Amino acid sequence: MRRTTRALPNKTGETDQLGLLQPGVTLQDRYLVLGVLGSGGMSSVYKGRDLHFPNVTKLVAVKEMINMAADPTMYEMVVRNFEREADLLATLSHPAIPRIYDYFTHDSSSYLVMEFIEGRDLERLLHETDEFLSEEKAITWAVELCDVLTYLHGHQPQPVIFRDMKPSNVMIDQHGHIRLIDFGIARVFQPGQKGTMIGTEGYSPPEQYRGEASPAGDIYALGATLHHLLTRRDPRAEPPFSFSERPIRQINPHVSPELESVVNAALAYDPKERFDSVESFKGALLSAAKQTGILVSPQKSTALKLPSDVQELWSFECEDEIRGTPTVHQGILYVGCYDNNLYALDAKRGTFLWKYPTEGGIPTRPAAHEDIVYVASEDHRLHAVSADQGKLVWTYLAEGPIRSSPTLHEGYVFFGCDDAHLHVVNMMNGRRAWRAEAAGPIRSTPLVLDERVYYGCETGDFYCVDFRGEIKWRFRAKRAISSSPIMVEGILYFGSMDWTLYALEAEGGWQIWRFRMGRPTISSPAYAEGKLFTGCADGNIYAIDARNNRELWRFQTEHQVTGSPLVHEDSLFCGSVDGSMYCLDLRSGRKRWTYRTGGPITGTPTIAEGTIYFGSTDHHVYALLT
Amino acid sequence: MDLFKRIFGKKAGAAASPDGVKTAPLDPTTVSRATVKPLQGRILMGMAQSVGIERTHNEDSLFVLQGNAAGLETLPDFGLYIVADGMGGHRSGEVASSVSVRSVARRLCEDSILQLLAIDPLADAVPLQDLMRIALEEANQAVVDRVPGGGTTLTAVLHLGHQITVGHVGDSRAYVLKDGEVRTITRDHSLVKRLEELGQLRPEEAEVHPQRNVLYRAIGQGANLEVDVFSLPMPRDAFLLLCSDGLWGVVPDQEIRRIVTTSENPQAACERLIDSANAAGGPDNISAVLIFFPPE
Repeated sequence: MRRTTRALPNKTGETDQLGLLQPGVTLQDRYLVLGVLGSGGMSSVYKGRDLHFPNVTKLVAVKEMINMAADPTMYEMVVRNFEREADLLATLSHPAIPRIYDYFTHDSSSYLVMEFIEGRDLERLLHETDEFLSEEKAITWAVELCDVLTYLHGHQPQPVIFRDMKPSNVMIDQHGHIRLIDFGIARVFQPGQKGTMIGTEGYSPPEQYRGEASPAGDIYALGATLHHLLTRRDPRAEPPFSFSERPIRQINPHVSPELESVVNAALAYDPKERFDSVESFKGALLSAAKQTGILVSPQKSTALKLPSDVQELWSFECEDEIRGTPTVHQGILYVGCYDNNLYALDAKRGTFLWKYPTEGGIPTRPAAHEDIVYVASEDHRLHAVSADQGKLVWTYLAEGPIRSSPTLHEGYVFFGCDDAHLHVVNMMNGRRAWRAEAAGPIRSTPLVLDERVYYGCETGDFYCVDFRGEIKWRFRAKRAISSSPIMVEGILYFGSMDWTLYALEAEGGWQIWRFRMGRPTISSPAYAEGKLFTGCADGNIYAIDARNNRELWRFQTEHQVTGSPLVHEDSLFCGSVDGSMYCLDLRSGRKRWTYRTGGPITGTPTIAEGTIYFGSTDHHVYALLT
Repeated sequence: MDLFKRIFGKKAGAAASPDGVKTAPLDPTTVSRATVKPLQGRILMGMAQSVGIERTHNEDSLFVLQGNAAGLETLPDFGLYIVADGMGGHRSGEVASSVSVRSVARRLCEDSILQLLAIDPLADAVPLQDLMRIALEEANQAVVDRVPGGGTTLTAVLHLGHQITVGHVGDSRAYVLKDGEVRTITRDHSLVKRLEELGQLRPEEAEVHPQRNVLYRAIGQGANLEVDVFSLPMPRDAFLLLCSDGLWGVVPDQEIRRIVTTSENPQAACERLIDSANAAGGPDNISAVLIFFPPE
């Protein structure tokens, strides 16, 4: 276990100038400095050993106040503040407050010797994991913090306002209990002279900017700390007082609505609207815990209800797995299957109309225009068949299996092939217009826009070519790009097997940003309302702010997400290899419903006239009414 | 090598000048305009700065670097525009703003603009938004290390191809003026603005609030700096204005709009904007960069 009492950000490069004590120095012939625990602002904290106990190692924390004030009055004030902290701590007695052993001044520096707490502070704890803190833990710690604040606020003769509640000031000791550290209070605010600045801690209540300190301020700061713990969003990285813009459950749907509303009440802008005391804050936390059952059985996770506002319209069974994506065109659903057939079904009723046999599996999405359907197959061919009867019109032979879905554009079909070429074929007669080379198989669906074609390939190369097949630019990811690009406002978005979602400027191919996920992705992103959505093999469906690649929410499915999300109105539809089709709230990522099939869903859903269509590897095509 | 041929191949013949021909400066009035093909859709820029009326020192820094290329289809237009407004006593404000502008400009030039010009660009280039963030963080570190007690706002816009990427800390502003509308695209990191956003202060109260210059985020105020970084499509048939609070704090948005849209060119507009701020008392240093992006 790491031994620290606090984790202040280390100011590298400044440590020498600050004149930190070196290990080996002994203070007052008693405290041997063993190392620096943290330093920042006006003070440093060292790990020390008390030499009055020669036979055992008694560790202490030594806080050194560095007084850099040049002005004598200022200097005096800083010393007095430090003494006040020492005096205050000396009068306090609570299991969550470190005991104080000694206070002395030496060489114009002042020192405070305190109990050494073994454990980690909450900020470090947050950094060490990617997971959300469980609601149970958050409530347990919050209740303990309420207890110590209640003690402080009830202190006689005068209440003590902690004023600096934040994750880095809360330690979890080796017994799993909270300890409040750093009573370096009496934060003196500079009057707001022109050009001066005050730093916000992100956790401070609005009234602290006016110099007011009250129990309500500690309540706010505890609320802010809880908000940070539950959402993993550091308030210091956000505008002050903006918690309401980051609703807890929107970021972490596992938090119960009960706990969310308790934290929100603590974070009310107006002190009068918060809890009237820390005790009532604690009471609200406890009753939230009771309602969600945490107090009754700590292990029980919040059971997810399955709202049943989804209804199966029909399903249709083919002879093998469906891994591709259906297309609906003029009331007919077309879908390719691993039984080598292209099926045409009545979209309303699911009745069989015809099937067209190719000689290979069909992992792609058919494209339809007027009375012809184009379908690419692993039999190396692109097939054009009549939309009404499935009669062959023409085929085009490539030199490898085709796993890229065709894109239709102004009389031409664009598609990639495992033969490492982008093929462009005349829609009327199936003759090749031109083709462009790639470094490897192309399995992404080409994007055709403004006389440019964009496509990724299995070597990780991504190309922009003009209508003569000449390369305009090329970008290289570290692994294969099977995800198909989309373009929004001049920016291309696509994922790669290198675990990354890329945003590239479409004109020159420069990276605007990249977003790293937990595993490779072959899912093609979808866009709506300034957000990007993508699936990933780490099992998540992600929502990302397109402007600055911030993660807005993620939804965890039970297996890889290889299909692509589909946006319709305010819903996001996405299948998972766990066998379910999910419908999520676009804005919060909250689950609206799931629909379970008998096998992994690897394709992308299609929507037409309020009905959502998708295939599953359980051989079925499903039509659901939303 | 194909690229070289395309760029230089055609010009080989034209470069040889016929013997015995004297070259003399051409008088623009005698040259028929038809011989010169004007470059359509040029980006125009103007900039101006003033110490103001009340101040004796200028603590603002401005930086502009623009590139335009013709005939090279692989080289897009680019531009880098930075405004910084320093603060702190004993000249530390002006040092902070100039140190951070240099630091940001250097990083962005090296890693984005020079990369543009490279024949073989780096295989693994840093994304522009990351680069912008790194550039501002480095500037922050430079100010923390070199200018104790100094701080600065900094707003940087990197224009590359059809996108602009903005890095922003503090209360200098970037505006987009289009179709008679003025839109602030940056968010002031000032306490008063925050209170105004929360509905705690009315805009007219905010304008006269004694703490209106108190920032909650600035370069040079500690090791950890959170930077606002975002990208937008390049505005079309529109102006981009970067300015310090010496302008926007004194000249109302609608007056800024009126001046920008009624001036002959961006340079004239900038000069009129500065005059207007000084006419209103010039309480602070004033800096403005105005860029016109042509229609598509």
